[in-house]
Amino acid sequence: MDLRLPSKVLEHILSFVDSNEDRNSVSLVCKSWFETERRTRKRVIVRNCYAVTPAAVARRFPEMKSLTLKGKPHFADYNLVPDGWGGYVWPWIEAMAAKCPSLEELRLKRMVVTDECLEKIAASFKDFKVLVLTSCEGFSTDGLAAIAVACRNLRELELRECIVEDIGGDWLSYFPETLTSLVSLDFSCLDSEVKLSDLERLLSRSPNLKSLKLNRAVSLDALGSLLRLAPQLVELGTGSFSDKLDQEAVAKLSQAFSELKELKSLSGLWDVLPEYIPLLYSVCPGLTSLNLSYATVQMSDLVELITRCSNLQKLWVMDLIEDKGLEVVASSCKELRELRVFPSGAGLDETNVAMTEQGLVYVSEACPNLESVLYFCVQFTNTAMVTIARNRPNLKCFRLCVMEPFAPDHKTQKPLDEGFKAIVERCKDLQRLSVSGLLTDKAFEYIGTHGKKLRMLSIAFAGDSDLMLHHLLSGCESLNKLEIRDCPFGDTALLENAAKLKTMRSLWMSSCCVSFGACKLLSQKMPKLNVEVIDEHPLETRPDSSPVERIYIYRTLAGPRLDMPEFVWTIHKNPEIGVSHLAIK
Amino acid sequence: MISELEMGKAESELELGLGLSLGGGTAAKIGKPGGGGAWGERGRLLTAKDFPSVGSKRAADSASHAGASPPRSSSQVVGWPPIGSHRMNSLAAKSAREEEEAGKKKVKDDEPKDVNKKVQVGFIKVNMDGVAIGRKVDLNAHSSYENLAQTLEDMFFRGNPGTIGLTGQFTKPLRLLDGSSEFVLTYEDKEGDWMLVGDVPWRMFITSVKRLRVMKTSEANGLAARHQESNERQRK
Repeated sequence: MDLRLPSKVLEHILSFVDSNEDRNSVSLVCKSWFETERRTRKRVIVRNCYAVTPAAVARRFPEMKSLTLKGKPHFADYNLVPDGWGGYVWPWIEAMAAKCPSLEELRLKRMVVTDECLEKIAASFKDFKVLVLTSCEGFSTDGLAAIAVACRNLRELELRECIVEDIGGDWLSYFPETLTSLVSLDFSCLDSEVKLSDLERLLSRSPNLKSLKLNRAVSLDALGSLLRLAPQLVELGTGSFSDKLDQEAVAKLSQAFSELKELKSLSGLWDVLPEYIPLLYSVCPGLTSLNLSYATVQMSDLVELITRCSNLQKLWVMDLIEDKGLEVVASSCKELRELRVFPSGAGLDETNVAMTEQGLVYVSEACPNLESVLYFCVQFTNTAMVTIARNRPNLKCFRLCVMEPFAPDHKTQKPLDEGFKAIVERCKDLQRLSVSGLLTDKAFEYIGTHGKKLRMLSIAFAGDSDLMLHHLLSGCESLNKLEIRDCPFGDTALLENAAKLKTMRSLWMSSCCVSFGACKLLSQKMPKLNVEVIDEHPLETRPDSSPVERIYIYRTLAGPRLDMPEFVWTIHKNPEIGVSHLAIK
Repeated sequence: MISELEMGKAESELELGLGLSLGGGTAAKIGKPGGGGAWGERGRLLTAKDFPSVGSKRAADSASHAGASPPRSSSQVVGWPPIGSHRMNSLAAKSAREEEEAGKKKVKDDEPKDVNKKVQVGFIKVNMDGVAIGRKVDLNAHSSYENLAQTLEDMFFRGNPGTIGLTGQFTKPLRLLDGSSEFVLTYEDKEGDWMLVGDVPWRMFITSVKRLRVMKTSEANGLAARHQESNERQRK
């Protein structure tokens, strides 16, 4: 008796299974479920572009409509990954163009995207709709023009914090008059001015536009006319907010803002002048997301805005808000889920010291839904962390950046071990943690013991010895990504816990004490991992005992990559010649 | 094996100041430190040029910066604090603008005012020769020179015997105040003069100190005479 579900029935059932996690489970049941699942999956996410080959992915999911790829490791954001390391999207676009021409959406993070790539996208995917590039680089505004001119049904074009060679603002004028499908446009990271008339015409013919994030070059004056053309906006990123406007212009702008009945998210506000803060009052009550992290106004002005934002769920702000301002956040924003506080100065001496650990304590006390925190602060105390943990056991993401490396509890001068212990002990669902300040191995023993749901952990300038790494690798069961810089540990823990590395996506260590010999040994032991030694200043001959600058280890089905630059070594390269014998082949 | 590793570690820790600045290809989006400039505007007993911090020198050598003018940062470490480059450039541009404005105003004793900077009484910077990363110490939390010296010794040498501190050296109890160690404690006062710590009564000291520096005894030449004098005095 054949007990299998007919594949058509199974297909129908699977069409209701949306989450990729569930689909991954489905694909493991049996061969026929694997087959049906793979033929029906529309959204594919590859979180490490080197973990699998483009060809394999294209082959497995022929009906792919949406592809998400991530390239460089997270610490690339802080310039710890040298230029030229990798993360090229070209091979993926080539493969998809050949095998999955009905691809509609491409979302890339930390990848190298060239103008050729953008041109190929424009040429290959007839129904291309969505391009979201986050922290990408390698392309110019010419590439954007190629996308604009060719993608007739473009819905989303978002450039988030990309490094773009900005040749000029002409690219915007390449959107054809027939393009009316735009839903989201984000060019906030570009420098050049776009022609206002092009932008106005684009907005006039985009009735579905919901999200618009302008760049700094768009003046305050221009903003008024743009808002009048798009009162249906749900997300707005303003341009520079600091031009001098006459009274009439101010009144008109105020009116334009008050027409934004659907607005939920506000960002931009570069260099906003205090006298313009009242312009925003009318949209405040509706806001769920407010990004003031580029707004260089003082606490009193920030507070004026925030008291009016009772529905805020996400707040990004600079430490200019001070403890007093965070007290206001605590009392006004009861729905707050995510808080990020960035430093207002680039160095320790410039950071605002009127913001301390107390600010975060206030918010943790009063905001019951707070689950994600990123907090830059000069110093911190254990007591504060214990209080925060007690107040908010529902924290999922806790990233504390004590800006002064090795800073102890500034009241007791003790390490911050006990504080982080409280965090991992009480916040049982904690998935992401960044630690800082003075920490001994004990802190990591606590994290290893209690951080069972921890998936991502970031560590800098901490610990005493190998024990630190050992606690983490042997204790944190759910650990997926571990990134470490400037910590004094070396080979033993790494080699002892080698097997753990297969259960993780990646491990990054820079400026630690890992020896070249250990890297070789690890590579030999673990063929399913790519162990990359990234040394820009390698010694002429590399003795086994010499420490490596950086090591990046990730699990992969694709084997060693073929696009490694000179300064990346893996065991597949001849250490003397430094050339990959695979490349020669 | 352990001791070899420790030794290797000691070396690389000593070079933490160097390695950190050198590492990371496009190293210097953080850019040149304001190191040289920040230390002194006018004539005094000794300047930072007489006691070059190994860290800042190397950073200055290897740094080449992209685009935006570099932020003035007391820690010359690549990728620290961990802020994305867009945000970092924005901060750099802002501090450059403010410096420009401050430069037009009357020059005061202190560094050009960052409009957002609130001076917190009590916290002052401490730097140590050979260590790239400066620290801060709260003078209000201390009652005497002994106290302060102990804190600094803990800070830079970790206090726990056998552990590697900031300087990568095995700790040995350090006597910063009595001239018996290879380091001396010096400070810059409100007039920009560099003095040996311990010369004046504590209360007077805390009102006039602007910043501290743990200096190699061998480099503290000009202060030698003072040094001998203060040895003869009673410590307060």
